[in-house]
Amino acid sequence: MLPKKVKKRASLLAITLLVSAIGIFFILQSLNKNILYFKSPTDIKNNQNINFDKKIRVGGMVKKNSLIIKEEEIKFIITDFNNELNISFSGTVPNLFSEEKGVVAEGKLQDKTFFIADRILAKHDENYMPPELKDMMKKNAK
Amino acid sequence: MFNFFYNSNLFIWIEKIINFINSIFFVLLISALSFALIFSPPDYLQGDSVRIMYVHVPAAWIGLASFSCIGILSILNFIFKIKNLTIITKSIAPLGLMFTCLAIVTGSIWGQPTWGTFWAWDARITSMVILAFFYFIYIAIHKLISDEDKAIKFSSIIAALGLINIPIIKFSVEWWSTLHQPASIKITGTSTIHSSMLMPLLLMFSVLILYCALIFLMKYKTEIIRIKKKNLKRL
Repeated sequence: MLPKKVKKRASLLAITLLVSAIGIFFILQSLNKNILYFKSPTDIKNNQNINFDKKIRVGGMVKKNSLIIKEEEIKFIITDFNNELNISFSGTVPNLFSEEKGVVAEGKLQDKTFFIADRILAKHDENYMPPELKDMMKKNAK
Repeated sequence: MFNFFYNSNLFIWIEKIINFINSIFFVLLISALSFALIFSPPDYLQGDSVRIMYVHVPAAWIGLASFSCIGILSILNFIFKIKNLTIITKSIAPLGLMFTCLAIVTGSIWGQPTWGTFWAWDARITSMVILAFFYFIYIAIHKLISDEDKAIKFSSIIAALGLINIPIIKFSVEWWSTLHQPASIKITGTSTIHSSMLMPLLLMFSVLILYCALIFLMKYKTEIIRIKKKNLKRL
């Protein structure tokens, strides 16, 4: 069998690891809301006490056919397929910003359905493919 | 049994492997880079900026894998006190730190054209920075604490604690909403990356692994020389 010293060291390390893993689990659990990089429209709808003066980030998909580009202002609707939020923004958007793509907007809520953003970040998905393949997929879909 | 690294046979073998890797490394690097930068197609959405992925993703994998190795070997070392494991973990650590920093820097450069920002404190990026800190503390302990037994003890505990961070990094994109996209390559199920882009990615990964092996062996050799020198002084 193993020597007593080895057993002692092993159990010491196991206890340390277990305790710190449980500790970190609880810390992450309590921080859960703060770790989220952005809120979804559903979160905002369900949240009772929203601070309208504080800057927050909201994220979701840009709804199809909702993007309106006027002079100096871009308006669109983000959706998480349950709830929606109107966004207004003036400024430059990243290259990947388009309809039916993920987006994160930073700014202030005016009310529960209207959000004024002062920064737009594009969120891209995990799909990578050559452009020819995408064209083919589009044709097949039609 | 543990006298084997006083044996010059091991030394000759390390020397041979280093020479072998040196002879093929640049050919492989150039072919992998040409696949990654020239022959692979651009992405349908991101265009040519997707090519940063061929460095970013392997660097992140190696950063994570190195720390997993260090963590597991450190636990074994803490329990069974095997001198050789100390040398191995000490040789892996600088490599892991370098690749973790490389992943963070390339990710930041990639973030600007795609997301529209260099930096975001989302769960994946923050946990990756914490990993870099763990590497840093691990290396600093070995550099600063001159009493070797103490250094091994503290660094092993740090490495074991850092091991908890690894699954957090891996699953951060699934547990929390992050700006970083979820993993494209899955161990189970189909990958969401096209084969014409997956091939250069795996090629770059194997080249960088080879680079790691090269640097690791060099560092390992130096550490053995250092130990031999110390023993000679004592005599």
